[in-house]
Amino acid sequence: MTGPPGILAAAWTIARKDLTVELRTRAAFLSAAVFTVLAAAIFLYTWDPTAVAALDLAPGVLWVIFTFAGLLGLNRSFAAELADRAIDGLLIAPIRREAVFLGKAFANLIFVLGVQLVAIPTVVLFYNLPLGWGAIAAIAGIAVAASIGLVAVGTLFSAMTVNTRLAELLLPVLALPFFLPIVTAGAQATVLVIDGRPLTGALDWMRVLVAFDLVFVLACAVAYPFTIET
Amino acid sequence: MAMPAHTERSPTDGGAGGPAQAGTARETDDAARAAALAQLARPYGLLFWVAVAAVIATLVRIAFFTPIEASQGPAQKIFYIHVPAAVTALYLAFALMAVASVLYLWLRDPKLDRVASTSAEVGLAFTTVVLVTGPLWAKPVWGTWWSGDARLTSTLFLWLIILGYLILRQAVDDRAQRARYSAVLAILAGLLIPFIHLSVYLFRTLHPRPIVLKPSAPSLPPEMLTTLLMSFASFALLFVALLLARYRLATIADEGLADGGAAARGA
Repeated sequence: MTGPPGILAAAWTIARKDLTVELRTRAAFLSAAVFTVLAAAIFLYTWDPTAVAALDLAPGVLWVIFTFAGLLGLNRSFAAELADRAIDGLLIAPIRREAVFLGKAFANLIFVLGVQLVAIPTVVLFYNLPLGWGAIAAIAGIAVAASIGLVAVGTLFSAMTVNTRLAELLLPVLALPFFLPIVTAGAQATVLVIDGRPLTGALDWMRVLVAFDLVFVLACAVAYPFTIET
Repeated sequence: MAMPAHTERSPTDGGAGGPAQAGTARETDDAARAAALAQLARPYGLLFWVAVAAVIATLVRIAFFTPIEASQGPAQKIFYIHVPAAVTALYLAFALMAVASVLYLWLRDPKLDRVASTSAEVGLAFTTVVLVTGPLWAKPVWGTWWSGDARLTSTLFLWLIILGYLILRQAVDDRAQRARYSAVLAILAGLLIPFIHLSVYLFRTLHPRPIVLKPSAPSLPPEMLTTLLMSFASFALLFVALLLARYRLATIADEGLADGGAAARGA
């Protein structure tokens, strides 16, 4: 290969590296998956099923779990690069810094979607949600749209917090306010889908999610190089 | 205002002159430290006391010289504190914070970082006033302390983000890195607030439509309008006074002069 790779090729190389590490160890994914099931199970015992309908509760539970499980995975994205100052290798590579961010974010997206793949069926099972295939497809679409924004913001903040004294304690403090629109839109859209209402209402919330994704993927990719000393 | 002699350093050298400098440099250092300590002894200048007097005068006018509103009773008087505090926080403090943050990433001048962080601190104080007076007003008028209303939620989350911003600043030691991280967070927060507002607005809102700045004439009676404008002016004045005081303290802390220059010399 001659010359430095383009931004997407470089991003893909970094994402593949992170995913390979995760595939070989599976440590982070397993703990995030177990956390998801545990959280869903604990939520099950915090309400009175004769007083509150499962349908009313399930979307909230799903989205709270989704948010916290997402944070679990995001923490280690840049923490893994601290060992032997591996991050320096990434930063002196002849690639654009936006590519480092996009690669990290893409690996995190795959990770979070994997956690979703555990979280959604678990909640559907525990709360006995009667879902048709159409509803499942709609929820999957909402989950993907929500994950993109969550991962963009979370990846940028984890790149910052990993270098602070508080590290993993600070990530939720910074990131959770940014997850509010995602969780609101995601949960409201899920309610409409589970209720079997016409999809136009859910589409309004989808628009909020997609707008959030566009703005924050772009803003975070542009902002990432600014967090590094030039 | 007497500024310390050696005002700014490059972000990367992480400290002051160092032991290599001696003689005249040491003397200017001492003079600057004396000036800084003199400022530290009275961080609040005349402007601050003028602002405090203006706020007290406003409060007296609100309490005793403004008519009681017909439908809401005395509770409506919170309006003259709640709204100006919100406007000061949002359109003075956080607007200044966002602008200073963008400019910092462009120009990399530590002064801009100090402007951003001090307006965050002062803005946090005004936002706290908004969040305390809000429920006090909401209880008698809306019949509830709290609601998932759009503006309330945006304000609460803005408040939480500013807290996170100040915690982040505490957690980073390197001055240039701290400035970069805070600027990035402030800019992203500026992008976030419209989304929070939109997502909760789609949800539900209780706040009234604009009352004063609307296309037709303001619907407040003249006495009430005077009180409100007086409140706006005195709050803005207090904001400027507090900002200047905090900025002066931040300069002293950054230059490491308050502790005899030990921090800046890395001793």
